[in-house]
Amino acid sequence: MNEAKGIVLKYGDNVDTDVIIPARYLNSSDPAELATHCMEDIDKDFVNKVKPGDVMVATKNFGCGSSREHAPIAIKASGISCVIAETFARIFYRNAINIGLPIIECKEASEKIEAGDEVMVDFDSGLITNITKNETYKGQAFPAFMQKIIDKGGLINYINEK
Amino acid sequence: MGMTMTQKILAAHAGLDYVEAGQLIEADLDLVLGNDITSPVAIKEMEKMKVDGVFNKDKIALVPDHFVPNKDIKSAEHCKCVREFARRNEITNYFEVGEMGIEHALLPEKGLTVAGDVIIGADSHTCTYGALGAFSTGVGSTDMAAGMATGKAWFKVPGAIKFNLTGKFQPWVSGKDLILHIIGMIGVDGALYKSMEFVGEGVKNMSMDDRFTVANMAIEAGGKNGIFPVDDLAIEYMKEHSTRQFKVYEADEDAVYDEVYDIDLGSLRPTIAFPHLPENTKTIDEIKEPVVIDQVVIGSCTNGRLDDLRIAAKVLEGRKVKKGIRCIIIPATQKIYLQAMEEGLLKTFIEAGAVVSTPTCGPCLGGYMGILAEGERCVSTTNRNFVGRMGHIKSEIYLASPAVAAASAITGQISCPCELD
Repeated sequence: MNEAKGIVLKYGDNVDTDVIIPARYLNSSDPAELATHCMEDIDKDFVNKVKPGDVMVATKNFGCGSSREHAPIAIKASGISCVIAETFARIFYRNAINIGLPIIECKEASEKIEAGDEVMVDFDSGLITNITKNETYKGQAFPAFMQKIIDKGGLINYINEK
Repeated sequence: MGMTMTQKILAAHAGLDYVEAGQLIEADLDLVLGNDITSPVAIKEMEKMKVDGVFNKDKIALVPDHFVPNKDIKSAEHCKCVREFARRNEITNYFEVGEMGIEHALLPEKGLTVAGDVIIGADSHTCTYGALGAFSTGVGSTDMAAGMATGKAWFKVPGAIKFNLTGKFQPWVSGKDLILHIIGMIGVDGALYKSMEFVGEGVKNMSMDDRFTVANMAIEAGGKNGIFPVDDLAIEYMKEHSTRQFKVYEADEDAVYDEVYDIDLGSLRPTIAFPHLPENTKTIDEIKEPVVIDQVVIGSCTNGRLDDLRIAAKVLEGRKVKKGIRCIIIPATQKIYLQAMEEGLLKTFIEAGAVVSTPTCGPCLGGYMGILAEGERCVSTTNRNFVGRMGHIKSEIYLASPAVAAASAITGQISCPCELD
């Protein structure tokens, strides 16, 4: 899958992995179960609002804090097709690539896209199109090595096929 | 162009003479770590891999510490999964309840982490071992799985920020105050993707436990790792705890740093991070209105070591926890627990009206053993004060040193030990 298209759910700076999936639910590692609590401590209504294909947009340092892979797993299992942020915390960034959750860094997109906008993301070029506002933003395409991991659907498949 | 300490360690483990910031490398791992929350996910991922078993049964550490002794049935199932994996793969360093401790206090104590190592752990506070001059960093479960199977991990070589430390701490000021001061100064993403290298003549005035605390919270500034130079004190610590060969790396004189900060340790004051980010710091002198609290937690991978318990006991000795305040003290490992008992610290705690728990991460991440209700406030020596981190989303966590936490337990509001009569 080289593109994502969906309606935007928007968040701010420093969205930490504790609010993405609170530790009280980490006694489970089942993606579907984790998804039922995704974003619970920052947006209780997220699980009712999110539709398959939706795009999550945030500003700085998305996914900071705990290394729990349950966070990108919950986001992916909730149906989010891509996360756009100005910057990602580094462990979240690795985890998203490793499990095959598409993410992209773009300051302009993180500032200009609003909740409810319809956006399209082309992962090959890093181009983000805001269909609602008729704007485009240039995001950071992945280095070839990371793109290969994403193309294989995550690190495990990548290593298996190496 | 020279290399930083971190870059030299990574270059050596990637079989390269030279690396620079931004370069993608594959490095050999000296240790791969996981706990009871992250390991079950890693084990499931590893089962999808075309490998017979782990790359080296001596270079994996499995430490159930977050929800143990098992807090509920689901946690018990997770721990069982880790235990059975450890048995099946004959993992040397699996630590059961009774011999375990909070992973980042336990591994250096067991001698499993030494200078020059490259270590990944599926726990964000894996950066702790930088106190010994190792490169260590937190990763997720999939990286842990790949690490356990192949003994390798990919890294983007980080740039670095240098913290040049001089002087020495005033009474009641410690490593926790230094790292909170730094996070307050550069922000929770101030070191994003970067190494934090702590150098200068002030380092020699810091105990090993202070250095562990500082390196531990590098992640709270977004850092990839925190690292200290290896001096006589660090060598003495490693010789006392480990039989492994260590290797000392020093930064080149012309190493490149993105930023350099000079910090006089003597100028620091007890520092507290207010809700809901570790960067929301105030010194004790800047707190004008009383902050009345309900609970105190002294423990965690950040501040559950012997120095931390000693200073808490010094404050609590002969005094009482204020009526209505819950003071929970958690020695980080069995060895620390035993030493604290032998030194009489546990007696001091219990006589003061505190409870002493078996080692666990428990309340730090809102697992159990001290969850907060709506509207409650806690002074905690842990590492994160995010929304809902220790319980209800309308509870509040104030991060502080063991000295400030213990003094606050006595007065019922955020206090400096220097204010006690």
